[in-house]
Amino acid sequence: MAVLVLLGCAAILLPLILTLYLSVFDEQMIVFPPRGYTFAWYGQIAAKFGGAIWTSLRIAIAAVALSLAVGIPAGIGLSRHHFRGRDALATFLLSPLTIPGIAVGLAIYVLAILIEERTGVELAGSIRLLILAHLLLTMPWVVRLCLASLTNHERTTEEAAASLGANPMMVIWRVTLPAMRPGIVAAGLFAFIISFENLEINLFLVAPGMTTLPVSVLNYLSYHTDPLVAAVAVAQMVVVGAALLAMDRLVKIGQVLQ
Amino acid sequence: MSYLRLDGLTKRYGDTLAADSVSLDITQGEMIVLLGPSGCGKTTTLRMIAGFVDATAGDILLEGRAIGALPAHRREMGMVFQNYALFPHLSVARNVAFGLEMRGMKRAQREARVAEMLQLVKLDRFAERLPRQLSGGQQQRVAIARALAIHPKVLLLDEPLSNLDAELRQGVAREIRLLQQERSLTTIMVTHDQQEAMAMADRLVVMRDGKVQQVGAQEDLYERPATPFVARFIGNSNLIAGQRDGNRFRTEGGASIELAGRYAGAGKATLALRPERITVGGDSLCSGTVLMSSYMGATVEHVIDLDSQTQVIARGPSSGPGATPRLTAGETVALSWPAVSECLFDEQDQPIPSMPQTQRITSDA
Repeated sequence: MAVLVLLGCAAILLPLILTLYLSVFDEQMIVFPPRGYTFAWYGQIAAKFGGAIWTSLRIAIAAVALSLAVGIPAGIGLSRHHFRGRDALATFLLSPLTIPGIAVGLAIYVLAILIEERTGVELAGSIRLLILAHLLLTMPWVVRLCLASLTNHERTTEEAAASLGANPMMVIWRVTLPAMRPGIVAAGLFAFIISFENLEINLFLVAPGMTTLPVSVLNYLSYHTDPLVAAVAVAQMVVVGAALLAMDRLVKIGQVLQ
Repeated sequence: MSYLRLDGLTKRYGDTLAADSVSLDITQGEMIVLLGPSGCGKTTTLRMIAGFVDATAGDILLEGRAIGALPAHRREMGMVFQNYALFPHLSVARNVAFGLEMRGMKRAQREARVAEMLQLVKLDRFAERLPRQLSGGQQQRVAIARALAIHPKVLLLDEPLSNLDAELRQGVAREIRLLQQERSLTTIMVTHDQQEAMAMADRLVVMRDGKVQQVGAQEDLYERPATPFVARFIGNSNLIAGQRDGNRFRTEGGASIELAGRYAGAGKATLALRPERITVGGDSLCSGTVLMSSYMGATVEHVIDLDSQTQVIARGPSSGPGATPRLTAGETVALSWPAVSECLFDEQDQPIPSMPQTQRITSDA
């Protein structure tokens, strides 16, 4: 048992440690053993990948905001009302999860081109299109987490608020949303990570001068094999890890995922 | 004019009538208890008054004003929920302050009111705790303080004692009743517990299948039940089905009973007798065989077979004057009861009045 746990931990940690190790090699190529160690690669991140990071950040933040704006009301509505077609709608909202990212990316690209041909609206290669595409990825998570955060919610607390004089908007603001808080925080961070790290959909939708971080890392790897990429990976891990830690502080992740 | 009037309040879910023309006049400061088994419509009625359920028909009048169309948040009803429904993310003080915040009350005034309310329910020391850090009894007192803080026009209590430990219940019931009387709060409480209802109400409303069976004070319901259901639900009367003919009553199993009162006519009927009003021994109105005898402490209880299908329970004091003798199983015993404790219902479950005693007519004349 203990051996299995150790093996599992090693399988998870080894690539991380190796990446960390590579990122400080003082070499132009990844050769072993290195001549020496340096943090110089970290200094080059901003110059080489700054634009891509900024694009990825903008897309991720917009995707989080928009998917929360749709997902929170959807979660409240789906948990409150048992209308005809409720299950169908819930499944529909989760359906993007079932389609491979590459297929979604290709489909969106083709659709964007079609729309462009018909209407003349420039869609392909625009940040708007990337944000909309990422919504497809983040929304199922956000809806699911918002819905899950309300499964143990006492509806009578909403009635209590109403009897104390809270109008329906006030009830949502003062009672329902606080009850959903762990779910909303988790949903936001999940959506952020999913959007920030996405590669498959981006591959079809990026354009020159508007490339996301994972795509530019892939491009860079096609021509270079220096430790800079390892440094970028470490930087990204630190950002995502910090986000997860922050979430764990705010709410216990395990509670939300059950 | 009544303070709160329910006027033919009806709620229909599909084919079922959850509440069927419930009408009631309630005076200011009165404590009304809606009583009945689960599914009788008492909670639906309460929720219609609170505004959580829209009535299918009928209206609610508060101080003469129709409020049936008002949403819950504009009705000024203070509600205490069965599960207390405290806001889990707010401290005790913030819970109590909630209704005052919704009314835009100034901070200083609000804090004074919250302090007053917490003192009232003896929780001033717990103001900064979260609800989950309190015991069930304390949570319930927070719920009461929160409902009372807004000075509600009517206090609504939905099974307020059912989530409390048995030993707490009587004490809390008394506290609520005293508070209600002291502050002259017009209160409607829902319960399925007959004891609780008897202990707390000014008037009781017994409901069954969405319909009001009887409205009255404890004594009315106990001494003059309007239906066999009320007779059984309040104080567990023995209900005996059979045929009557004048003063004779024959059970379905064939036993013969001589009624204590005098009645005219004949037909199918139900006889309701309270266990504690049946005397074993004495003048015989009917006889039976003792099936078992139980010593309950203050009382002695006998289960007596009148015939193979009909059993009655007789209960009497275990000591003092008029103490019930302990009988052994198999013994034949004579049963009797006073005429006033006898309730007879016809086929439609309507009470059959007894005729005045002949002697009294002659003496009056």
